[in-house]
Amino acid sequence: MSSGSASRRTPEEPQATTVRGESKWDIVIGLEVHAQLTTRTKMFCGCPTTFGAPPNTQTCPVCQGMPGTLPVINRRAIEYGVRTALAFECRVNAACRFARKHYYYPDMPKNFQISQYEEPLAEEGRLEIDLADGASRTIGIQRLHLEEDVGKLVHEGTLETAQSSLVDFNRAGVPLMETVSKPEIRSPQEAAAYLRAFRAVLVYLGVCDGNMEEGSLRCDANVSLKPAGAAQLGTKVEIKNMNSFRNVQRALEFEVARQTDALERGERIVQETRLWDADRGYTRSMRSKEFAHDYRYFPEPDLVPLKLDAAWTAGIRAALPELPRARRQRFVADYGVPAYDAALLTQSRALAEYYEAAVREFPQPKLVSNWVMSELLRELPGDDERAIAQAKVTPSRLAGLLRLIDDGTISGKIAKTVFETMVRTGEDAIAIVRREGLTQVADAGALASMVASAIAGNPRAVEDYRKGKTAASKAIVGHVMKASGGRANPALVSRLVEEELEKLTKR
Amino acid sequence: MKRATIHELTAAYTRGETTPSRVTDEYLARIAKLDDKVGAYLTVTADHARAAARTSDERYRQRRPLGPLDGAPITLKDVFCTRGIRTTCASKILEHFVPPYDATVAERLAKAGAVLLGKSNMDEFAMGSSTEHSALKVTRNPWDLSRVPGGSSGGPAAAVAAGLAAGSLGTDTGGSIRQPAAFCGVVGLKPTYGRVSRYGLVAFASSLDHPGPFGADVTDTALLLGAIAGHDPMDATSIDAPVPDYAAGLERDVRDLRLGVPDEYFIAGMDPEVEGAVRAAIDVLKGLGATLERISLPATPHALATYYVIAPAEASSNLARYDGVKYGLRVPGHDLIDMESRTRAAGFGAEVRRRIMLGTYVLSAGYYDAYYGQAQKVRTLVRRDFDAAFARVNLIVAPTTPNVPFKHGEKADPISMYLNDVLTIPADMSGMPAISVPCGFTASGLPIGLQLIGRALDEATVLRAARAYERATDWHTRHPELS
Repeated sequence: MSSGSASRRTPEEPQATTVRGESKWDIVIGLEVHAQLTTRTKMFCGCPTTFGAPPNTQTCPVCQGMPGTLPVINRRAIEYGVRTALAFECRVNAACRFARKHYYYPDMPKNFQISQYEEPLAEEGRLEIDLADGASRTIGIQRLHLEEDVGKLVHEGTLETAQSSLVDFNRAGVPLMETVSKPEIRSPQEAAAYLRAFRAVLVYLGVCDGNMEEGSLRCDANVSLKPAGAAQLGTKVEIKNMNSFRNVQRALEFEVARQTDALERGERIVQETRLWDADRGYTRSMRSKEFAHDYRYFPEPDLVPLKLDAAWTAGIRAALPELPRARRQRFVADYGVPAYDAALLTQSRALAEYYEAAVREFPQPKLVSNWVMSELLRELPGDDERAIAQAKVTPSRLAGLLRLIDDGTISGKIAKTVFETMVRTGEDAIAIVRREGLTQVADAGALASMVASAIAGNPRAVEDYRKGKTAASKAIVGHVMKASGGRANPALVSRLVEEELEKLTKR
Repeated sequence: MKRATIHELTAAYTRGETTPSRVTDEYLARIAKLDDKVGAYLTVTADHARAAARTSDERYRQRRPLGPLDGAPITLKDVFCTRGIRTTCASKILEHFVPPYDATVAERLAKAGAVLLGKSNMDEFAMGSSTEHSALKVTRNPWDLSRVPGGSSGGPAAAVAAGLAAGSLGTDTGGSIRQPAAFCGVVGLKPTYGRVSRYGLVAFASSLDHPGPFGADVTDTALLLGAIAGHDPMDATSIDAPVPDYAAGLERDVRDLRLGVPDEYFIAGMDPEVEGAVRAAIDVLKGLGATLERISLPATPHALATYYVIAPAEASSNLARYDGVKYGLRVPGHDLIDMESRTRAAGFGAEVRRRIMLGTYVLSAGYYDAYYGQAQKVRTLVRRDFDAAFARVNLIVAPTTPNVPFKHGEKADPISMYLNDVLTIPADMSGMPAISVPCGFTASGLPIGLQLIGRALDEATVLRAARAYERATDWHTRHPELS
């Protein structure tokens, strides 16, 4: 996943290859996102959900699908689902049901997945996305439901050559939230923007860690083209296996180009599922509709219909945090920072809170923003909630450092080296400044001899100055700064040098 | 060995006349001697039983027994998971499966001090009405060894009838406790759906599976129910309601009860000896002061067909996990799908395969509404029938089965086998508690069962009426001659 700079368009990102098609064809994209919820325990049993444990150590008879076992719903998972649904302004159904979805696959302990079908947790929501040109769009959300994750197969070698495969059920039963967008996304870029906005909301809500590479967030897409302006949708193709924002955009760009070429050659699009191959940069057919699964859904008889208490739901609604988009707009309005800064600063809840805490202690919002964007985010990924929350340079320490610049104790340049030390040691800025003797020298008497020797040692600069090249004074200032180890107050040095040179010139 | 009920045994333990160990040894000896004829057991857990009995001895020595089941020698239908003891469901596919955990009912009986003698035979995955579909063993009716014990809980019923266990647990999905109880001349109770936890009961049809007890008499049945009933956090469908002391109110009379006699349960073609015995039993209850009322349960004729949509549908799903990947039988194949196909073909018997296919079909896209959706609607009608009836009466009285135990191999075609359950299926569909108690014998000496169906969670009234009838008759004191 592209990290903190996700909302910027970086030059190396490929441009859409379908420019020629855009006028003749309308692109129609719908996204299905599966998000692993960060509950401590699994969806239907008490096993822990910790990522990366040794295979099959986080399992029990229930999540191994042993004969005779029964599921029991994890209340926290429902709460997370409701929280997300409310954030997307969905209609949360007063009653919902789980259903069994059947297909045979060895990573699935029961050969059916407990999911939701006809009566999902929530329906009819929306997500506002921001486009590259600064405009915004609302994408409808069709439904949001909960289900259990499957296990993981480990092949010796490749899937084609392995003599045997091993199965790890640690992930089996981890709560998954599936959110299906309406087919209202009109370009691969919009799809990427949707995913970014979606991920930001989930991470803000604390319901998902948003890590696409570890599979906490997975995305499938349905793509079709139709003649520009036509009402009827074209045949859709499902794309799977896109494991980063960048890959989602690349895969969709490829697929749009493939379908455009096919349609322009007069071919028909086949309804099928295609896998994105990130290494080779293309999608390939996985199965066509004729081989599509008949999942034989029916209501899960081991679970009674789930009725949500209205007061409980209202409590979750009342506790919703400020969402990223609202926060971004508030940053622009309240702190007067540019939209670009606001977008970066709100990429995670932890970073936004970091920024606000620092501004409370050092109320110069733009200066704080500059330091957070240039220095803090050089050290830490801004979308990593935990890393930001545990940063050694706390908002308070950053404010302390900025105060030292503000009151002239240290220069901005020295401050950057102090910051680097703070990142390593977790000390207060003032402690480092004192220990290393970095306090700015602002005593004209102490600087006078340095200025004198710099002028004496640079006759050419002095000569230049005398000839009217006043910029030559900068070279002298540079020598003084160097001689002071960077500690001299640059403004004061400038003034002293100017004064001395003027004296020489007038002589 | 003199036959004794559980309440007689525990009374004798308390008086110091015998000990759980001595009784356990007697039962194990009797199993060793007679079970070759009856075939009730798939697994005998002699060491396990002796160890449990010794700890029970000690509690009686200290005059601190755990309760009315302490030291009671029992068997479990081999559909209940038992930690460290193989649990086969009488199938090839789970023939060597040893669960790593105990079913809630197994755990509760162990905590009550019951001594597990072993695991008993059944129709494979509880699919059948004669225990002939067991892939592992033939079980014979102790009253006539040429006949079936009923099913699917044929092993636990035959064990109690033959004196090879003092009590047992079975499961009832379409009649699988009550029908074998009637065929074997013992008491069998199907509790209210949700009254007893299904956790650890290997699922056949989740919405219809009811665990319940078999006893030599109504009192033992009540004691066993008391030990296993009650909410279980591991089963989301289990009901969180207090469990009454079922044995306490057993001896009260029935003069306050209105009994409904449903027209639809006396069907054309039923065995006249069965009808005669059941009508006579109803007269006995009337004589004891109960009020009779003729009622109608009009959806009854549709219940059987509906059951054969819902039960196979759920079974096809529940049995999907047996694929050779994780546990149980694995037949090698040239790839994954081939391995799974071969495993399932070899591991499941014909009846199980038939029901998986049936269930897969009715859940398929395009057929779901016509079959499964429609069946659920009919199920609602069956439930409404009972609700309407129970607004007027306390209990419904009827035959348990339309016929008497048949000979092995007699019902070769599936439909005639399915018809056996026509009078027991409605209570499974509605979830109402129902009991079968012995109410007579045919001229040739085959047992007949009387069925009493009660209101949801009102097992107490079902048991009280059954006990009142039992007190007035002596059928339960007769035992088959086996030697």
